[in-house]
Amino acid sequence: MQGVQLAELVQTPPGVDEAMEAVAGFDAALADGLSRLGPRHSEAVDALAGAVSASPLGAAAADACGELAVGSISDTELSALAGARAALLGAVHDALLARLDGALGRTRAEWEEHPADAQEPPANLLAGARSWLRELAIAGWRGVDEELVSAADQTLEALWAEPRLRRLAVLLDGLAAELRVSCPVATMERIPERRWADLWTRAVLLAHSGSWTGGAAAVSGRLLPLGVDVHEHGTAVQAQLHAVLEPRGDGPVRLVRAAVAAAKVDTIVGPEVWDLLSGHPTLLAAIAERRAVDIADMPLTADGDLLWDEERAKAGEPADPFATARVRLPDAEAPAVAPLDRHPVRIAEPVLVEGYKAKRDGTFDLGGAAIDVDADRLPPSGPLTPQLVNASTACIGLLRWDAGRWTLQPLAVRSVAKKQPVEAHNGDWALGPTDPKAAKALARSGSAVAVLTERAGKLLRK
Amino acid sequence: MSSGEAGWEERSVARIVPPIRPRKLAKVPFVELAEGRLQGVVSSGSSATRVYVSSIEAETHDFNCSTNNNRPCGGAQGSFHCKHLKALIDEAVKQYGLERVARYLKVEAAEGDDLHSLLNGKLVKAPAAVVFSRFLRHLTYLKVPAGSEPLPEMHWFPALKAVH
Repeated sequence: MQGVQLAELVQTPPGVDEAMEAVAGFDAALADGLSRLGPRHSEAVDALAGAVSASPLGAAAADACGELAVGSISDTELSALAGARAALLGAVHDALLARLDGALGRTRAEWEEHPADAQEPPANLLAGARSWLRELAIAGWRGVDEELVSAADQTLEALWAEPRLRRLAVLLDGLAAELRVSCPVATMERIPERRWADLWTRAVLLAHSGSWTGGAAAVSGRLLPLGVDVHEHGTAVQAQLHAVLEPRGDGPVRLVRAAVAAAKVDTIVGPEVWDLLSGHPTLLAAIAERRAVDIADMPLTADGDLLWDEERAKAGEPADPFATARVRLPDAEAPAVAPLDRHPVRIAEPVLVEGYKAKRDGTFDLGGAAIDVDADRLPPSGPLTPQLVNASTACIGLLRWDAGRWTLQPLAVRSVAKKQPVEAHNGDWALGPTDPKAAKALARSGSAVAVLTERAGKLLRK
Repeated sequence: MSSGEAGWEERSVARIVPPIRPRKLAKVPFVELAEGRLQGVVSSGSSATRVYVSSIEAETHDFNCSTNNNRPCGGAQGSFHCKHLKALIDEAVKQYGLERVARYLKVEAAEGDDLHSLLNGKLVKAPAAVVFSRFLRHLTYLKVPAGSEPLPEMHWFPALKAVH
């Protein structure tokens, strides 16, 4: 990414501010609860519905406002409002991504719906989730206490046991944990209104009919890693590899992702989270050793996610991610985004930046334009530190957008130390820490995974 | 992305749950601040199959310690903490930090204080079964059947750098 490209990227597309204002109004109403809307919040909810009035959601959203005004809050109303909010943020996502594609000259595939396997999700579990989400909406964040959070316990337990509803389980458990540590929410000085409304909205959509992860088509070819993005909350971890796929035979070189995830507990932290993903040794080796992977007939969804299958993957030659980013990334075709996944938080576009000045204020100056580097997003499971980022001369990162601002999330950096090039990548420790200090710290605390797995083996009868 | 920042309410990504510090789990495999108590499970020094369930109430600081089969621990009596309760407090401070544990238990403590000596409750019987079943539920996360779907919702939950 060049300075001129960045300068074009950061110009806010028309309509984004207005859409975010409508979203903010609804979020404030949700914080106070939808059961006692004062005039200000009523107006805000009407404005949200008004913003989608010309869309197919318009009638349902308008009806929902009418019902809310007379104090009726059922799943129908909540789904309509969640749908309206998600549609607005989806439009913001689309505008931002179009701006990004234009600025970077990135081509993107058209969205194509692949038919998914027709599976009826367990209706009682979805109903349980909806019922808790309704209680939250009625109480508002300010009305949340420990009792209301605990009301989700049984539903959560059942959701985790059902692999088809994993997305909902992971999301609701993450939200519940945040609410639990914030109880009683009424005493919080500031409430994360946007965040919790985001999580609630997505949960309402997922609890409507289960996951919408689409069907997949088989692909074969050579996968060249770019970098790893690690996601984590108390009870889940996900490592998502961004990579370039050189398909065997016809077809464009494509930008793809491969994500593997596991359930965990909060005391498993730092480099140990990789142990939980050890069922994917080929993927972890490719990440840790920076190797290409030959894949054969691996399913790829329309939105660019390889459904990772070790049986269909073989570790290949060493492949330098910086070389891939320089040579292959500029011409790779980016995937479309599934309609219901469209939300600014989902924007995570890999870029290579070089020739910048890392400034003291935490930005990279690309000559004429500067971008904030997200120094919080440096996972404790990898070697990247703010010092390495500040000393770097080249960086593979993800472009992200939050609260009106673009940031660069580093996945890998290259710098020069003692006249030798030094590299650090988020996934370097995927097979165990390579840094002696980190390895020692891990040895000192012992393996949490081993201790807990042993207890689980003894105490949990199947 | 701390809550002191301007515009924090408008962020989709923010750290809400304070980070947990790594600690050895063999002696005290489970600690939590929940249900108005500091509670957890402490391994028995003498038996591999027995565990102690220990808990301390917020505010009153009344405590209890018994085996998971509700046999009272001989060490906890009157106003005396047994070694299991002491271990529970020590490990909780390692995991959450003194400030967070003290705040939950509603006790004034400054960095460097021995939290154990500031808790002046008495032995009050509390059911061990509830805490023990929460421990079992905690362990079931390690037995969760694997899913194969990517989890786009995890973009709301980035791994954030450790805070020292």
